[in-house]
Amino acid sequence: MIKLIGILVVALGFALRFNTLLVVMVAGIATGLVAGMSFNEIMELFGKYFVENRYMTLTVVLMLPIVGLLERYGLRERAETIIRRTKAATAGRVLIFYTAVRQISIAFGVNIGGHAPMVRPLVSPMAEGAARARHGDLPAKTSESIRAHAAAAENIGNFFGEDTVFAVGAVLLIQGTLHAQGYDVGLWALSLWGIPTALVAFGLLVWRARVLDRKIAQSVAKPEAEK
Amino acid sequence: MKLLSLEVFYVIAGVFLLLVAAGIAADRAHPKRWGSALFWGLLAVTFLTGKSLPPVVVGYLMLVMVALAATKQMGFADKAGASPAERTASADRLGNWIFLPALLIPGTAVVGTLLLSKLHWGDWWLLDSTNNVTVTSVCLGAVVAVGMALRLTGARSIVPVGEGGRLVETIGWALILPQMLAALGGIFAKAGVGPVVADLAAHALPTQFPFVAVVAYCLGMALFTICMGNAFAAFPVITLGIGLPFIVQQHHGNPAIMAAIGMLSGYCGTLLTPMAANFNLVPAMLLELRDKNAVIKAQVPLALSILAANIGLMYFCVYRF
Repeated sequence: MIKLIGILVVALGFALRFNTLLVVMVAGIATGLVAGMSFNEIMELFGKYFVENRYMTLTVVLMLPIVGLLERYGLRERAETIIRRTKAATAGRVLIFYTAVRQISIAFGVNIGGHAPMVRPLVSPMAEGAARARHGDLPAKTSESIRAHAAAAENIGNFFGEDTVFAVGAVLLIQGTLHAQGYDVGLWALSLWGIPTALVAFGLLVWRARVLDRKIAQSVAKPEAEK
Repeated sequence: MKLLSLEVFYVIAGVFLLLVAAGIAADRAHPKRWGSALFWGLLAVTFLTGKSLPPVVVGYLMLVMVALAATKQMGFADKAGASPAERTASADRLGNWIFLPALLIPGTAVVGTLLLSKLHWGDWWLLDSTNNVTVTSVCLGAVVAVGMALRLTGARSIVPVGEGGRLVETIGWALILPQMLAALGGIFAKAGVGPVVADLAAHALPTQFPFVAVVAYCLGMALFTICMGNAFAAFPVITLGIGLPFIVQQHHGNPAIMAAIGMLSGYCGTLLTPMAANFNLVPAMLLELRDKNAVIKAQVPLALSILAANIGLMYFCVYRF
C-alpha cells in the first residue's frame, strides 16, 4: 500500500497546482525511498530513463525551427486564405477530414501527423480560418476552443487508427505480453478487433466536431443579440 | 554502418538548444536571462552527451532544471516577431510554395518508412532501422525542410534558430515533462506499484460476474493509464492482474479480443490525464492556450463515450467468439 505514495503525491500536486516538474520529481523520489532505494540510485534511474526517452522531446524540438521559419513567412496566413476559398469548409469539417486522413494513414503504418508539424502550422489555422470566413471575427474563447479541438482530433486520429490493419508497436506489445503468459494470439486477430473501436471513435469525433460548429455559431450570434 | 541514426539528430537538436541558450544569455533585455539560459543549456547537454554521461549525473542535472522551473527562474519576453502585415505580404508573395517545406515533413515520413529504411550499399545503411524508423524519418524531413525553406524564402540562416527559439520559450519547461513522466513511470515499475493497484481492484470487486470482470478490466486500464500517463505501462500490469485471471481463466473469454479492446480502453485514459504530457499539455502550450487543461477538457466527452463503447463491445464479443 505504501508504494502508492507516488500516485498520491501526483494527485495532490496536480490538485494544488504546484509546478508539475516538481510534483513529478517529488513523486519519483518518494516512491523510490519507500521501495528502499538510496537517493543516488533514484537520481540514477531518473537520469537513465530521461536519456532513454529523449526521442519524445526530439521530434518536437527539431520541428520548431522549420515551423517558426515558415510561420514568420506567412504559412498560417496562407493556410487561412486557402480555406476561405473553400466554400463548404467549417472548423468541424476541417477536423473531421484531418482525423480521417490521420486514422487511415497510420493504419497503414505511416505516421504523418503530430502537434508540432501539422496541428500548429496547418490544421488549427485552417479550422480557425474556416470559422472566420463564415462568422467574421471570433471571440478569443471560441478560437481557443477550436485550437483545443484540433489537438483532440490529432490525438483521436493517432490513438484509434494505430491498432488496426497493419501491425505496429502496440499490437506487438500485446502479443509479447500474452505470449509470455502462454497465450498465442495472431497479429491479424488483434488488428481486426481494433477496427470496431476505431470506427466508434471516428463517429464520436464527427459528433464533437458538429457540436463545435454549433457552439461557434452560438458564440458569435450571442454578442449581436445583446446589442 | 548506419549513416543516419537517432544519435545524429540528438546532436542536431542539442546544437540548436545550445544556440537558443546562448541567444538568451546574450540578450540583456531578457527578464529571466540566466535561469532560462541555464535551463536550455543543461537540456542541450543531455542531448549532446546523454549517452556518455553517467545516468546519476544526468539525474542531478535534472534536479537543477526542476529547481530552476519550480523557483520561477524561467520566463520570456514577448518579443515582437514579424507583424501580421509583413506575414500576409510574404504569404501573398510566396503563394502555395510555402506549403512545400511543410508537406515535405509528412512526405519524408512516408518515403522514409516505406523506402529509405531499406536503402543500403553493402553494410552501409542510410537509416538506422533497428530503432524507430518513423522518428528518424520525421527528423530527417524536418532538417531537409529547413534547407528548402531557407532557399525558398531567402531568409538568413539564423532566422530558423531565432524563430524556433521563440517557440521553445513559448512551450517552456513543459517541453521536458514527457521525459520526466516517462522516468517516473519507470520508477513506479521498478518499485512495483502496478501489482499493488491490480490486487486492490481484483479484491474489491465481485468478479464472479462476467460483466463485472469486463468493466473492471476496461476501467482498470483507463484508471491506471491516468495514473501512469502511458497505456503501454498499464497494459501488462492490468492484463496480468485482472484481465487474464478473470476474463480468460475464470470466464473463458477470448484473449485476443480482450487485449485489443483493453489497450484501446487504456488510450481513453491517455486522453484524460495531464500525465500524458506530450499528447495533452505540450500541445496546449504549443497552441498558446491560456488553460493548460483545455485539450483534456475538449477530450473528456470523447474519452468517456469511447470507453463506454469499449466496455459494451468487449462484453458482447469477448465471451462469444
